[in-house]
Amino acid sequence: MPTPVFIAENVTKTYTTNEVQVHALRGVSMTLFEGEMVVLLGPSGSGKSTFLNILGGLDNATSGDVSFMGQNLTNFSEANLTRYRRDYVGFVFQFYNLIPSLNAWENVALTTEIAKDPLDPQEALELVGLGQRASHFPAEMSGGEQQRVAIARAIAKRPEVLLCDEPTGALDTKTGTLVLEALQRINKELGTTTAIITHNSAIQQMANRVYVFKDGAIDSSHENETPKQPSEVAW
Amino acid sequence: MVTLPVLDRKVVRDLKRLWAQVLAIAMVMACGVMTLILAQGAYRSLSQTQESYYDQYRFGHIFAQAVRAPDHLKERIAAIDGVAAVEMRIVRSAILDIPQMAEPAAAVALSLPSGRKPAVNRLYLRAGRLPEGTRSNEVALDARFAKAHGLNPGDTFSATLNGKKLNLEITGIILSPEFIYALGPGDLVPDDRRFAVFFMAQSAMEGLFDMSSAGNDISLRLLRGACTPCVLEKLDRLLKPYGGTGAYERKEQQSHAFLDAELTQLSAMAKVLPPTFLLVSAFLVNMILSRLIALEREQIGLLKACGYSSWAIAGHYAKLVSVVALLGVGIGAVAGNYLGKLMTQMYAQYFSFPFLVFDESPDLYLIAAAISLLAALGGAFSSIMKAARLPPAVAMRPPAPPRFRSFLSLKSRRLRILSQLSTMGLRHLMHNPVRSLLTSVGVSFALALLVSALFLTNSMDHMINVAFNKAETADARLTLADDKAPEVLGDILRLPGVLTAEAYRREPVILRFGSREKRVAITGRPTNANLSRILDLNERAIEMPHTGLMLPTHLANQLGVKPGEMVTVELTKHNSIIRQVRVAGTITSYMGLSASMHIDALNALVPTGPRISDLAINIDRTRLGDLYDAVKETPGLGGIAMQMLSREKFRELMDESVTSMLVAYITIAVIVAFGVVYNAARIQLSERGRELAGLRVIGFSRQEVFHVILVEMAMIVLLAQPMGWLIGYGMAAGMIQGFASDLFRIPLVVLPSTYAIASFVILSAALVCALIVRRRVSKLDLIKTLKTRE
Repeated sequence: MPTPVFIAENVTKTYTTNEVQVHALRGVSMTLFEGEMVVLLGPSGSGKSTFLNILGGLDNATSGDVSFMGQNLTNFSEANLTRYRRDYVGFVFQFYNLIPSLNAWENVALTTEIAKDPLDPQEALELVGLGQRASHFPAEMSGGEQQRVAIARAIAKRPEVLLCDEPTGALDTKTGTLVLEALQRINKELGTTTAIITHNSAIQQMANRVYVFKDGAIDSSHENETPKQPSEVAW
Repeated sequence: MVTLPVLDRKVVRDLKRLWAQVLAIAMVMACGVMTLILAQGAYRSLSQTQESYYDQYRFGHIFAQAVRAPDHLKERIAAIDGVAAVEMRIVRSAILDIPQMAEPAAAVALSLPSGRKPAVNRLYLRAGRLPEGTRSNEVALDARFAKAHGLNPGDTFSATLNGKKLNLEITGIILSPEFIYALGPGDLVPDDRRFAVFFMAQSAMEGLFDMSSAGNDISLRLLRGACTPCVLEKLDRLLKPYGGTGAYERKEQQSHAFLDAELTQLSAMAKVLPPTFLLVSAFLVNMILSRLIALEREQIGLLKACGYSSWAIAGHYAKLVSVVALLGVGIGAVAGNYLGKLMTQMYAQYFSFPFLVFDESPDLYLIAAAISLLAALGGAFSSIMKAARLPPAVAMRPPAPPRFRSFLSLKSRRLRILSQLSTMGLRHLMHNPVRSLLTSVGVSFALALLVSALFLTNSMDHMINVAFNKAETADARLTLADDKAPEVLGDILRLPGVLTAEAYRREPVILRFGSREKRVAITGRPTNANLSRILDLNERAIEMPHTGLMLPTHLANQLGVKPGEMVTVELTKHNSIIRQVRVAGTITSYMGLSASMHIDALNALVPTGPRISDLAINIDRTRLGDLYDAVKETPGLGGIAMQMLSREKFRELMDESVTSMLVAYITIAVIVAFGVVYNAARIQLSERGRELAGLRVIGFSRQEVFHVILVEMAMIVLLAQPMGWLIGYGMAAGMIQGFASDLFRIPLVVLPSTYAIASFVILSAALVCALIVRRRVSKLDLIKTLKTRE
């Protein structure tokens, strides 16, 4: 029986802006196990990003509980959440969010400097196939390369979980495949629990499990007995 | 209801959104407008007041003193080509005994013609009437002295004039254009309590001083276009047989010279400060607007795609900038108007004008508004043009990512000293070196302003220390009514409370070297002088050489003479006898332009033989009362200068004016420092919000993220320190030059503590900025920032 990393129970999130209430999540329950790769599917506004942000400690749930390895995140203070992100979570976003004034190696070193047991930045770059591009600045790299640096940065601290919000959203097929390969390799070689948000339903074929979000709740879910390689996925 | 066009509504909303930055820029601009209106407004008001006062009360153009000139000489003087009016009168010093005042007051007594108004230097009668020719004990008293002692027409006081003790009755309270700045003997600043000016009837003065049908003081008014040097020369020739000491122009008249120096300073302030503030604000406008336009790139593209012309876009941003400028002009105009009136009134009080001509100068406000607008639009020009030129298709695409250079990227990563966070801060700084440097220069300007204000206390302290602790250490100086034989020293030593006394001689002379000449006095000093010493160029007291002249460096420079060379000395009081004297050396002196000589050498130079004209004394303070009483009763004493009191008065006035000046300068410097640092930090935050949010997501704490911003701000502020010190020192040196006059010169002394205090103020202002920005860093919306495309 694999160990659960996240257990979310009946999580809701309500935003109130200008006296209008938006129910982003209406009671989501989900368990993520160690080492698995999960894909969250769903149209825009279905609540998958909100849910991922709550898992990653970027946001708080309005009600319900989220526990990470037995600890309840719901009661974490701002400082504790920072600590939690620093030590356990790796993020990858659609728009890379690299620091333009730091080169690839330095961008990765940003996390290794504050992590407890990090990879060597060079090693992390090699894992995503960019060992040769260490001294390049973001402005000197393609979108796919930038995204892979972002992944190297996210995994260099050996996080327990890697949360990716539309990692291929801004990329073409070819570079997107390279990015997904990097994610899969890390999932396999480092055993990092990985959650990927996408609205490209083809990507679900490489996951162990798939959740489909709709209107702030989980609409359906299923498991893949034999996840495919990114290169086999047609998208 | 009037509805604004949509673009104008955007202007209003942008201004609301950017209010803090807009206000910071407007405040810096307001400083420029305020200093312009304040200084230029006060300058205009004061110079117009001065002009109309001089005009209405017929202030003289040319002045001269003689030993005794007969009345009939007046007609010959009046006949000189270009002379409009002549007045000859008797002017002598006096000692006053005022009830409720222990020490004697020094005074100048002047004669008034009987039965008519003086043709030159008329009096403004504030209360009562002028003295009448038939009564010998009536006086019109200067308003400031009367006010200081609560004296009114009808009150009496006693005075010693030419050794005679008199009881005088005040008939009127007056002001005179000759004594706008009234300085007592030995005083450095006016002291209303201890120095008086009063006027008596001509006949009374003639009797008292044995000067019937004669005078010793001549004032002239000239016709428009008169040849001043010609009149001076002819007047000198006429007065020479009567002990004329040399005629001089208005610009050498003491009261006028002081007032003029003050006006020159005001006008210099109006020329230097406002442009600097406006430059800083132009830079700030440039910084903010280029960022705003970078952020609104897509909006600009959209507007153009909708059919707005490039001109409409340019006009939109020009409006935004103009509103900022006009806000600055508004704040500056109100503050400048208010402070200008306050300052003019302070000056008027200090200088005692009978009335004040307020120059409202609407043109000044228009000029201020126009140049502020120009400065703001000038600063915005490049950004506005960029926005106008942006093709819509390009504008809708995000700008290319900024390229950074591998600055600070060490080959060996093990040897890294800086963390990635510091590297980020420093690279960002170097990414825009011109902007970083200009920001630093802006901060350094604020620092320089402080240094240039704070150093004055250092310089003044130094000057006071040198003048009073090293050079002039006497408690008081007694001036004799007429030069006397050296035996008087014994009489003075016998006065109660006098511990030591030293005799000095003062001779008015004209020094000539080559084509240059200077009207000064030579002080004859005894051997082993302790109460009044000369100082070498290192400010150490030295013994007076037995032969030759010692010249203050300032005087030597004006004459262009070097030690060892001979100068021509014209003894103006003694039939203008000419002598040649060798310059023995140069000395340090911050006050006056007096040359020095050994008293024996001076006695040998002058045909009258040994004489003394004043005495420096040290006093037993427990017997001060006795001494004061004795001085008031002693015949032959012309006046007393209480140097120990002058020192205190000077200190008091300095502390007062320095304190208010410091408050003003610190306020302005903080506004500038704050405006620059705050705007720079906000721009940084805007440009790097995404980066910083990224760091927070990775797991950096708020404090660590703030560190990135802080590194850059700290570098800018730290770089500004040495620059600011340097610029401040330069400004201080410039001010010293501006202050230097024949009356006094201020040494340039800037103590390390001055730099430290100035830096402390600026660093504190920067720190407050940092804390405000820190709150913004804490409030970064992580999710929103990361999900948006830059």
